[in-house]
Amino acid sequence: MMYKVNHGGWLVMFLASLLLAPLLYGIINKVKAFFAGRRGPRLLQVYYDIIKLSRKAGIFSRTTSGVLQLAPIVSLVAVLMAMLFIPAGLFRSPLAFAGDVIFFCYLLGLSRMLTILAAMDTGSSFAGMGSSREAHFSMLAEAVLFAIIIFLAIVARSICLSNLLSALSLVTPGISSPAILLVAGAFFVVILLENCRLPFDDPETHLELTMIHEAMILDYAGPELGMIHYTASLKLWSFCSLLALLILPERVGGTLTGVLVYLTLIMAFAAAIGVVESIMARYRFLKVPHLVIGSLAAVLTAVSLLIFF
Amino acid sequence: MSTLPEIALILFLFTNIVLVSSSRLTHCIQLVAVQGVLLGVIPLVFWDWQSAAPYGELVFLSLTNIAIKGIALPLLLILAVRRAQVRRELEPVVGYAFSQLFAILIIAACFAGYRHLVDDDTANAALLAIPVAAATMLIGLFIIIARRKAITQVLGFLVFENGISVFANGLMVHHGAIVELGILLDVFALVFIMGIAVFKISQEFQHIDADRLNALGDRQDPENSAAPPAYTWE
Repeated sequence: MMYKVNHGGWLVMFLASLLLAPLLYGIINKVKAFFAGRRGPRLLQVYYDIIKLSRKAGIFSRTTSGVLQLAPIVSLVAVLMAMLFIPAGLFRSPLAFAGDVIFFCYLLGLSRMLTILAAMDTGSSFAGMGSSREAHFSMLAEAVLFAIIIFLAIVARSICLSNLLSALSLVTPGISSPAILLVAGAFFVVILLENCRLPFDDPETHLELTMIHEAMILDYAGPELGMIHYTASLKLWSFCSLLALLILPERVGGTLTGVLVYLTLIMAFAAAIGVVESIMARYRFLKVPHLVIGSLAAVLTAVSLLIFF
Repeated sequence: MSTLPEIALILFLFTNIVLVSSSRLTHCIQLVAVQGVLLGVIPLVFWDWQSAAPYGELVFLSLTNIAIKGIALPLLLILAVRRAQVRRELEPVVGYAFSQLFAILIIAACFAGYRHLVDDDTANAALLAIPVAAATMLIGLFIIIARRKAITQVLGFLVFENGISVFANGLMVHHGAIVELGILLDVFALVFIMGIAVFKISQEFQHIDADRLNALGDRQDPENSAAPPAYTWE
């Protein structure tokens, strides 16, 4: 049970995902606007914003060290590198090696660490609050993410991302659908948490006391801010595509059908995030760990299902 | 093998995890109502529809389950909460995050224990029925221990009872309608009495903290000591 090896196809999908990633934010905004009865920003508004920002000149506070300037680039490159290991569009990644899933997680961790360090570098108290929350919540999210990886690794008997994601079809028929249900649900929570979406962090808030991600990037302007926006959309894209690959069965018709279903699923997840954001309020910070531990419980239930049944 | 029963059971199990993490009384009651509805659905998805069977009895049981455990009892409890003007927050003895971790432990232990005890799954209607039932019962007991309000003890009891129902469904006791109805009547009467008791307690003492009922006792003899009763109700 493995993905097809097709380096050309994978490369096309990789480039397509670089191009399509900001579209997800457009979809989320459209869905939210629909729920609010507004017309909302154009679907491509995020692209325009990024292009506009990239034409400007960056400004940095004189009290900061180099970390503030370095962080957006390193963070972008780390996420890009992580995306190299995703079997985009059901093609096996040409760079896949045993253990790349650990590398994948730590590249995302590196990106987050740089963002946090840069926020601390500004010396702003709001940025400090934001980074403290980010560190706390991402620690919880990582626990769930690694529990999911453990689950998949037990099924696939491998810790290569390209093998892991195609593994769910191997589970015992009786328990496969509940297990997939639990793991996919938990992964959706991880997506919301990792990408600072609504029940955890309000991306639209301008109240510094309640911000997490936005509080960390308060001091950026110009091309660096554009880079951060682009990195965020790439991260959302990679998480959504992991979830899509997780629940996609191994064979979905021909190659083209598979790719189309994959892309549609990713867009559907963006729409689902939009729906969640429209119907839910942000949780109190005290309440966040309950939800995260709840999803950890879901994954661990799936793991014990796997071990004992 | 159809996976529908497993999905229903896992959903049922998951309501338990949400239940121990939820801090609002009304939310807890709603979750128990969801459990009641799932309990009505479970016999339908367990049933082997190919075999000749008393469909009428099955549907009747399922509808009674939904009506009593999914609608009547939760309404009664919500009414009791409203009337008694209980504060909406629970007062947990064990914190929510720890309760969740404990629930995970219970679930894993039940799965493991089931594997050690039973080798042959063929007798059951569904693979996961027995371990899920056991975990639900234990979590119900845990709720009784770990939450302080009298009304949450009623909830814990209901969860426990739901676990027993899942157990009975899992073993698929055929033609057990009379037994099931008897149990339902028992539970209904019990929750009714408990609801009234909770209401009366709160009327009398302005709270329904079950721990403090321990301090209840006969009034001290006035000639022995002129001191006021050792415990005052706020």
